[in-house]
Amino acid sequence: MSNAPVDHGRRRFLTIATSVVGGVGAIGVAVPFIASWNPSERAKQAGAAVSADISKLEPGQLIRVEWRGKPVWIVKRTEQMLAQLAETEDRLRDPGSEVEQQPAYAQNRHRSIKPEILVAVGICTHLGCSPTYLPDDFAAQTEGIRSGFFCPCHGSKFDMAGRVFQGVPAPANLVIPPYMYVDDNTILIGEDEGTV
Amino acid sequence: MMRTLLSAVALLASSLAIAAGPSIPLDKAPVDLRDQASLQNGAKLFQNYCLGCHQMQYQRYSRTFKDLGIPEDLGMEHLMFTGEKLGDHITNSMPADYAQTSFGVLPPDLTNVARVRGADWVYTYLRTFYVDESRPFGVNNKVFPLVGMPHVLQELQGVPYRAYETRLVDGQPTEVYVGIRTDGSGELSTEEYDRAVGDLVNYLVYSGEPSKLESHALGIKVMIFLLIFFVLAYFLKKEYWKDVE
Amino acid sequence: MFKNMMSWIEYRLPFMDKMNLHVVQYPAPKNFNFWYFFGSLAILVLVNQILTGVWLTMNYVPSAEGAFASVEYIMRDVEYGWLLRYMHSTGASAFFVVVYLHMLRGMMYGSYQKPRELLWIFGMLIFLVLMAEAFMGYMLPWGQMSYWGAQVIISIFGVIPFVGDDLTLWIRGDYVISGATLNRFFALHVIALPLVLVILVFLHIMALHEVGSNNPDGIDIKRDNDGSVEQTAADKKFTFHQYFTRGGKKIIVDAIPFHPYYTVKDLVGVAGFLLIFAFVIFFAPEGGGYFLEKPNFEVANPMKTPDHIAPVWYFTPFYAILRAIPDPLLGAVAMFAAIIALALLPWIDRGTVRSVRYRCELHRWNLVVFCISFVALGVLGVLPATPTYTLFSQFFSFTYFAFFGLLWLYSKNEKTKPLPVRLT
Repeated sequence: MSNAPVDHGRRRFLTIATSVVGGVGAIGVAVPFIASWNPSERAKQAGAAVSADISKLEPGQLIRVEWRGKPVWIVKRTEQMLAQLAETEDRLRDPGSEVEQQPAYAQNRHRSIKPEILVAVGICTHLGCSPTYLPDDFAAQTEGIRSGFFCPCHGSKFDMAGRVFQGVPAPANLVIPPYMYVDDNTILIGEDEGTV
Repeated sequence: MMRTLLSAVALLASSLAIAAGPSIPLDKAPVDLRDQASLQNGAKLFQNYCLGCHQMQYQRYSRTFKDLGIPEDLGMEHLMFTGEKLGDHITNSMPADYAQTSFGVLPPDLTNVARVRGADWVYTYLRTFYVDESRPFGVNNKVFPLVGMPHVLQELQGVPYRAYETRLVDGQPTEVYVGIRTDGSGELSTEEYDRAVGDLVNYLVYSGEPSKLESHALGIKVMIFLLIFFVLAYFLKKEYWKDVE
Repeated sequence: MFKNMMSWIEYRLPFMDKMNLHVVQYPAPKNFNFWYFFGSLAILVLVNQILTGVWLTMNYVPSAEGAFASVEYIMRDVEYGWLLRYMHSTGASAFFVVVYLHMLRGMMYGSYQKPRELLWIFGMLIFLVLMAEAFMGYMLPWGQMSYWGAQVIISIFGVIPFVGDDLTLWIRGDYVISGATLNRFFALHVIALPLVLVILVFLHIMALHEVGSNNPDGIDIKRDNDGSVEQTAADKKFTFHQYFTRGGKKIIVDAIPFHPYYTVKDLVGVAGFLLIFAFVIFFAPEGGGYFLEKPNFEVANPMKTPDHIAPVWYFTPFYAILRAIPDPLLGAVAMFAAIIALALLPWIDRGTVRSVRYRCELHRWNLVVFCISFVALGVLGVLPATPTYTLFSQFFSFTYFAFFGLLWLYSKNEKTKPLPVRLT
């Protein structure tokens, strides 16, 4: 039994040092537990970019591609559909696509990289139904507009750039996914120059 | 009593030494998971010679490419043959009943084969096929007697046969097995073939545990950290125990 | 404000008082040595098993079709899944290393003797549940060893007269080991048994703190306050919870508060243990083929038996006893007797001196032979049952049981060394 006075400085230093190192260790141990909740390789694989061949796409035609479990539309718009985009603007909620529902390269009137090709997630921004494509009969829903998308669930309406009309339940324009052209006929959905 | 005990332990130890093992000594496989050129060659050999019958169904192409430093476009061009996607598992489309009738058994999955059999076993196995006309595929194997698999690497190795030499055993001239020789018809020399098999085994060791290099790298950091923690804890204990001793 | 809240809680749930009782003012003998690390280490490993186990459950698929692939999925596709899995598989073996050493400590220093019999019984129950837990856990990866190891162990129940066959059928829930067996074992492994284990550990610690810790000298630190022993200045230096002095009827000598002295000491033990544990996890997770057996990297195949089936290493001492006896029923009886004998130690040992330090020479040698027998049986249980090995197994089974027989005989009138008055 030593009766030497306790060196409080040394004791405090060692206690704090051990606690700090132990704390770092505890955080380190937590890393694998937390990281294991990230999407696994399987989930990433299921969510990987998908490519679509648009060489056979006719003007006015819509094809669906599945990306991350969601339908993605690819529409080849006709001249008439593109011309119509300017006419609808005073009836839209967000004609300039100010709300971030699209990558920067799709923040324009036609909301796409190439004007005639629309790529959009076919899910209504209201409650997640998939709207119906009405290439010729949209006027029944919106006077004077020939083509658009109409959501059968709660009647939301979108124009041929996926922009939402005023006075419908959907709050925002349709989502434009990140995408890029691998070549003139191949679109890669889910990846763009920014993510590669 | 102590003496009986000691002799019992000695006897046990000596009998342990002759405990179950393969019939011939295994050659050491040249495994080096950092040698990406070797791993890439192994992957190429696997895709060309093994995948026809065996699968690597737990491993994804994308993982192999990433870990082996193979660019995705090159990998897709040279290592993927039937239009799979990058993230797909490395499988073949051999129907199970066809395999059953051709080989009598389903060819085993090879993802973990190096962990099941050991790298040295696979390395020796692939280099000890020999001609045996009595077998359905015309070949037998030194470490896997009566093997039900053809010698798929024969075009690389050449036709292998067992070589014997006459040696004196207990004063009697006896034919002794001295290894496998080939007729020289293979694309590769013996050294090149051994190296190719070594690369293939290296790849199989990798596929059995793709996380191994990551594990070692992280392990060293953890050990250093724990050492620091140990030293601190030791001095902390000493400091507090000054009150007691 | 904070102080008010604390006293509000304290009034309703005396948390601080319990902390003092069990940690800060718990009197622990001052002479704990190396062998006293393993209790706290067992708790550490238990926590590791529970945490990594919960996380593995998040990705594991308990079905005959999906189990093996889901383990490979964890090993390859889940971020750090390989680490969580190796922590769990290595933890299982570490648990038994720690528990076996913990039990040996108890045997060396007579920690099972009066008044710690119940403490010992709780410990043995923990050991039994742990074996069941490990056995069921080993089945989950659904590899060849999972399947055939389970086959062998479940068949042991088949030797019970009259009901054996029906019992094995009932345990399996099928005519062979199948998905039904896997699913019930999974449920027990992840929910039922861990719950029982945690409760038993709690009871083990409560029973320990009631009677107090034994020590390498095997003499009490709580003495009657009748003037037979005087407290030194060192004894008066520390404050202990009044519960332990029984209202002044007892005095406490040669003790130190558990916290901080043994918390910091156990921290050194923890760091040392983690160094070895981490080394195995990161550099040798198969443990030389003993922690993760080679055939288990191959999916279970009811049509193909591996060349050599051995249970995982921590079962092999008992498995060797089972195989040593030619009659299957007697073999199974002997195996269970080997465990029961341990549980009955408090009554087999009729001595009053606890520690091997002060017991007769024969006891020391008896313990050494017991340890050699246990290890030898463990080695033999891994090996194939050749006639020579069986002979060895029989010999060491005999010496294993002889320990208990001899102990019972010589402990009655044992010639012991004089006990010290104070801890050394």
